[in-house]
Amino acid sequence: MLKLVIPIAFALVAAAVAMSVWRLLRGPSAPDRILALDTLYVNAIALLVLLGIHLGSALYFEAALLIAMMGFVGTVALCKYLLRGDIIE
Amino acid sequence: MLEYLLSFLILAGALFTFIGALGLARLRDFYTRLHGPTKATTLGVGCLLIASSVYFSSQGRGMSLHEVLVTLFLFITAPISAHLLAKTALHLRIESLAPPPQGDQSDTREAGSYTEIITPPRPPERPLPEERTR
Repeated sequence: MLKLVIPIAFALVAAAVAMSVWRLLRGPSAPDRILALDTLYVNAIALLVLLGIHLGSALYFEAALLIAMMGFVGTVALCKYLLRGDIIE
Repeated sequence: MLEYLLSFLILAGALFTFIGALGLARLRDFYTRLHGPTKATTLGVGCLLIASSVYFSSQGRGMSLHEVLVTLFLFITAPISAHLLAKTALHLRIESLAPPPQGDQSDTREAGSYTEIITPPRPPERPLPEERTR
């Protein structure tokens, strides 16, 4: 059962990544692109967790946690730059 | 039994992630697009992380609680980044599908009949971020 479900899940998350990349390239506005980057990092976490289950290795959670923290900081920094014209005032 | 639960959680998680990205790609203005990634995708990744936690706890090496950390972090940060993104979009005056706020008596259209994008009336002049000089 798991052997069947995991490839399907990989395909669905990969399609999600492809659609976020499309929105990232297409725009049309800067917040749209930031939102696409935000979705991309969440999808990267999903892919890493799936890979961890697939390989039966608990090694990937540190990477997932790091991506979660850095992605959030990146989103906040980009929004802050558009809002205030500066990141740390 | 456990395998069916895991399969269900993984499939539900992947589906919600997919639907979130579909909303991001297909919806028509920024404020509706904001819904997909911030709600559906967060739920999907939450499902996947629970599945992973159950899977590694059932391997006989004790409870696996790393995933709870990631879940907690994602569930705290998703609303914050959504709030900041909405604030940024309003600040940049991104166009919305919604009608302008009340006070405009000439707008007699019914709810649900909005199809074209409406430019809101411009508020008193203030420079956009890219026009500012420091």
